Amino acid sequence: MGAMLCTLLFTAYVVFGGPARPVMEETVVVLPGENGHIGGVVVQRGSQKVVLDTAYASSHLGLDGQLKSSHASPEQVQKEFGKTVAALPAPPAKFILYFVTGGDQLTEESKARLKDVLAEIRERPIPDVLLIGHTDTVGGTKSNDVLSRQRAERVREILLQAGIKVRRIVVTGRGERDLMVPTGNDVQEARNRGVEINVR
Amino acid sequence: MRGAMALAGLALTVAAFNAAAEDAGQIKTAQGRVEIVRGGQHIAAVPGAYVRQSDSIVTGKDGTVGVTLADNSRLSIGPNTVMSLDKYAFDTTTYKGRMDASLKKGTMVVISGKLVKQTPGSMRIHTPASIMGVRGTKFIVHVGEPAS
Repeated sequence: MGAMLCTLLFTAYVVFGGPARPVMEETVVVLPGENGHIGGVVVQRGSQKVVLDTAYASSHLGLDGQLKSSHASPEQVQKEFGKTVAALPAPPAKFILYFVTGGDQLTEESKARLKDVLAEIRERPIPDVLLIGHTDTVGGTKSNDVLSRQRAERVREILLQAGIKVRRIVVTGRGERDLMVPTGNDVQEARNRGVEINVR
Repeated sequence: MRGAMALAGLALTVAAFNAAAEDAGQIKTAQGRVEIVRGGQHIAAVPGAYVRQSDSIVTGKDGTVGVTLADNSRLSIGPNTVMSLDKYAFDTTTYKGRMDASLKKGTMVVISGKLVKQTPGSMRIHTPASIMGVRGTKFIVHVGEPAS
């Protein structure tokens, strides 16, 4: 009697206890990364879990509710999803302009690089620009936050003076919390006194 | 009365200011029928239009759209798709934040950006039957048509 009840309860759990059966099939495919790096995606459904961390690794959730890992081919991806992949916006173009120590003046080399930035902005159909200021580790965190933002603001002025037409320029300062070249504290490093420009 | 009007004016100014700050991303490519649904209103999703948290993007059978988000994450959405950007927050100084999007049906491609690089797992894509936690990559999610 007890055994029968147990069986009944177990059957009830299997049939009704898990997540409701899906109404639609679901597919996930990891594509080769643009910079070669694949951090991966974790696909989860209730207690089922599939980690996809190689190019063309795929998961499929069927109408039976089973989540299975599989492998897709580039041809299959092109055929089924090529149109969607083609709609992706172009990757952001990245430039770094450098400043002379402690101030907001560009180095001579970076003044020359500026024209590449302007060309990239003019080439994009709907350009928007992200300016991220950085400092080296000389000076306090707070003053470096201010300085990094000042540098980014300075680049904004330079771009506007050059007559670019951009609907939005986002200006931000990372101070010394994201060193482009790792150093200890209080180290003068010209390559950390930059403004990263993302043209999108 | 005058005080109330001044207050209303202030509220309006603040709202206008916040509206700009709320933009999560910008539409860079669009083809065919694509709409942004914001608070029940349908807005044409033309290149240059901004996308905000809580917006849905809906495409017709010939529609595709590409969006670049504030943290350099990029999305594209294929034909016959309904996707909503449930949550989007990105702090440009700390790079902290989170993104939750739901693909109700159709196809989307995601390339993660600064958000996930700073905090792996801070981007999640929800489908009707599962959840994708993003550790940093380019991937496709597809939800098929309901079985009839």
